[in-house]
Amino acid sequence: MRTDLTVNGEQVTADVEPRVLLVDLLRETLGLTGTKVGCDTGQCGSCVVKLNNRTVKSCAVLAVQAQGSDVVSVEGVNPPDQALNPIQQALRDAHGTQCGFCTPGMVISLMELLEVNPKPDEQEIRTWLTGNLCRCTGYNPVVRAVLDLVNGAQTPEEATR
Amino acid sequence: MSQTADRSTEAPAKHTFGAALLPREDPAFIRGEAIFTADITPKNTLHMELLRSDYGHAEIVDIDVAKAKGLPGVVAVLTGKDLAEKLLPLPCIWIPGGVESHFPPHPYGVPGAGFVIAQDRVRFVGDPVVVVVAETPYQAHDAIEAITVTYKELPAVVDPQEAVKDGAPQLHEAVANNLNAYWTCGDEEGTDKAIGEAEVVVEMEVHNQRTINSSLEPRAAIGEYDPVKDEYVLHATSQSPHNHRFLLAALVLGIPFNKLRVIAPHIGGSFGTKGYLYPDMPLVLFLAKQLGKPVKWVDTRASLMRSTVQGRDHHQIATIAGTKDGKITAVKATSYANLGAYPSTIGPGVATALMGRTISGPYAIPHAFCGVYAVFTNVVPLGAQRGSGRAEAVYLMERLVDRFAEQIGMDPAEVRLRNMIEPDQFPYENGLGWVYDSGQYALALELALKTSDYYDFGARRAEAAARGKLLGIGIASYVAICGVGPSTKMSKEGMLGGTWESGNVRVHPSGEVAITIGSKSTGQSHETVFAQIAAEVLGVDMETITVYHSDTEKAPYGQGTYGSRSYSVGGPAIYMAAKQVLDKMIKAAAFWLGAEESEVDYANGTFSVKGQPDKTKSWSDMAMAMWYGWNMPPNMAPALDETAFFDPADFNYPFGSHVAVVEIDKISGEVEVKRYIAVNDSGPIGNPVVVRGQVEGSILHGMGQALIEKACFDDKGQLLTDDLRTYAIPRATDSVNFEMDFTETPCPHNPLGVKGAGETATVPAAVAISNAIHNALGAVNLDMPLTPEKIWTFLQEGNADR
Repeated sequence: MRTDLTVNGEQVTADVEPRVLLVDLLRETLGLTGTKVGCDTGQCGSCVVKLNNRTVKSCAVLAVQAQGSDVVSVEGVNPPDQALNPIQQALRDAHGTQCGFCTPGMVISLMELLEVNPKPDEQEIRTWLTGNLCRCTGYNPVVRAVLDLVNGAQTPEEATR
Repeated sequence: MSQTADRSTEAPAKHTFGAALLPREDPAFIRGEAIFTADITPKNTLHMELLRSDYGHAEIVDIDVAKAKGLPGVVAVLTGKDLAEKLLPLPCIWIPGGVESHFPPHPYGVPGAGFVIAQDRVRFVGDPVVVVVAETPYQAHDAIEAITVTYKELPAVVDPQEAVKDGAPQLHEAVANNLNAYWTCGDEEGTDKAIGEAEVVVEMEVHNQRTINSSLEPRAAIGEYDPVKDEYVLHATSQSPHNHRFLLAALVLGIPFNKLRVIAPHIGGSFGTKGYLYPDMPLVLFLAKQLGKPVKWVDTRASLMRSTVQGRDHHQIATIAGTKDGKITAVKATSYANLGAYPSTIGPGVATALMGRTISGPYAIPHAFCGVYAVFTNVVPLGAQRGSGRAEAVYLMERLVDRFAEQIGMDPAEVRLRNMIEPDQFPYENGLGWVYDSGQYALALELALKTSDYYDFGARRAEAAARGKLLGIGIASYVAICGVGPSTKMSKEGMLGGTWESGNVRVHPSGEVAITIGSKSTGQSHETVFAQIAAEVLGVDMETITVYHSDTEKAPYGQGTYGSRSYSVGGPAIYMAAKQVLDKMIKAAAFWLGAEESEVDYANGTFSVKGQPDKTKSWSDMAMAMWYGWNMPPNMAPALDETAFFDPADFNYPFGSHVAVVEIDKISGEVEVKRYIAVNDSGPIGNPVVVRGQVEGSILHGMGQALIEKACFDDKGQLLTDDLRTYAIPRATDSVNFEMDFTETPCPHNPLGVKGAGETATVPAAVAISNAIHNALGAVNLDMPLTPEKIWTFLQEGNADR
């Protein structure tokens, strides 16, 4: 099926079977491998992308459902100068990533969090992140990264204390 | 609070070892630019999928693949019969040491671990039965769906205590009574005598439940074959690329070592699962040659849950004995370890030595003994999981200590302090086979008690009770052997292979440095922490150091990453290689500056002669001069390129004490972790940002086991928890802010004094939580996971007034 959509600001036309998942369109057809597949069932959040400015788990969306939509994956979140965006920088400063597999999905989820709630408290951050699983970090460095960002940055040493 | 080793005599002024540097690999992860195995798709790649068993135990009567073979895009459909003569069975390389053991056969006489594809029988739900290759992953999946396998179900056994009984279903012809081995350590006779004579004896049984490690990245493998060179390349989620190369080439494919190159791209977590041989690895290589195209396999979560090695799973029966005034005189344990249907690559060793020799913990106990029945059953093969073996031992011992304290009416902290090994007792032989290297066990515990306001707990408990809550506090003290290992000692522990590491340091003509390591990060920031060691020794900027790893063609040998060994075994190798480079530069500088070697100083990138400020050579001058090789000193070869090999004299023994405070809702049975204090000692910390991160993740992993995680099989071997909907791993709301502190006791067995760190905090975490819950409930013993349902049920059974 012909599917037209915008991915990271670029117009894309793809011919996909109706059963093909959005995450497979991104990864396999378009080569955008920053979005990961972790669980296949919508729990882990490694595949989170933005679809029309709302986060979705792209393993739970068919590519054809994205017809006419605007999709943003982790490859599309950096400004043109390739600097890290604020939440990415906060994750960097707090060492909020270890193996890095869940991180692209976390980045997209946290961007939406700050859009809907610019100053979340710790519990709000934790609750928001329940759809993004991480086995390495214990989540706390990620939570600190967001708190640091919304409350004013700390030095790396303070951030990991 | 720390006792810091004095490194000032041998290091330049600017320290990078120990510096809280942000990992240099993080930006690529955060941008989504880091390449993992599944992200790679070579041109013309074919896609492989495996049909796994529907049964825990069954005969394969018939496999109908005709329909699958006719589907669009399907290139190959192969069964065990098609592959029997083509691929050797998998081997097992860590067997129970020093005892008789029994394995499935392997034609080379090494312990076998089952066929790559099941032949006529399946023994667990992950056993591969048919392999399919197609042009797309979707087509491969369609082909799998079109295959019909007819099975004759056989009686299954999933409980290791049942499996060793007469009349139990038998899994392997070569393994009578499903018993891989009965392995022991310690002095059984002396221990029995001490128990018989003791004033106080406490017995208990613990089922340390099976867990599923659940790294976020499922495993993946890509095989390529070059017919011109007759060479294979494997890209795989391998935390031991060199070991995989050797084992696959020599023992599974039967090809020369130099015909296989293994590359491990970024790995999305492992926690002990990605160092094993799995059927997919030889299959993608074999099929790439057969089909003339690259073959790629990416696991699904449901398949991972059925086939990637799982953790823990010991059924323990134990006795602790001592005096009424709190002195522990003996500990004895018998454990039934559930190895699953086949021995995983190192599973039998993990389940015996790493668990058994660890049970006495940080205590000076005169008599100790542990026996382990390592048993095959119809479930997924057992491997390691973050803290493996040690976590199961420490869980048991720390529950025993609390039960002993309860029995004699003494504070459990006091019992621990009365029995801990004193700093002047090292090296300390624990009577079970370990020789503890160094430690300040009571110091770590006292620090954890102080931070947790342990001795003011009564008032808080009363306050919680007034709110209808049960407050509990729990302690867990541990010693966790790490740094596998001294190769000769490991051979006695049943390891079939060397366990040393190597490091190479090369200085380029322009002065930049390349270091190459044998171990592989699965999220531990190797590119940062190993560069910090080289930068410390060489006195150069981190920015000028590149770290190479994870490619057997480029890296020197190393056994890989497991058991918190990379840094304490591979780190010294890089340290030694860097020292060799610097020593050579100092010798050459002395020659070219017309001075004695002892007169040459090196600091801040400049070689100088004492007292002669005009006689200097810069780092980059020296690098270029060594590259040119003109007028070299006598008997010195040009260039700066040194390799060092490090095989430690003994293991290292990180330790610590954790304290957890939990609050239980009497109405719902829910547990809220109110505080978690973790004092760990891993010797000098190479990078506190990295280690603190690993400690936090490790604690939550242990909390997951304590509270929510359990792999559930029914009595036929069906896995009931086969995805992340049914198998719970902790979410962000399950975590709390951990209060971390460190003591620092250097290890005498390596030049950096470092000890394992990555997984060690998992070891006490589950039992710290469990002890706190039992403290709140006043319960005798409930097994993990301590779910609200289990606690609620306990409270309903007439225990609500506790």
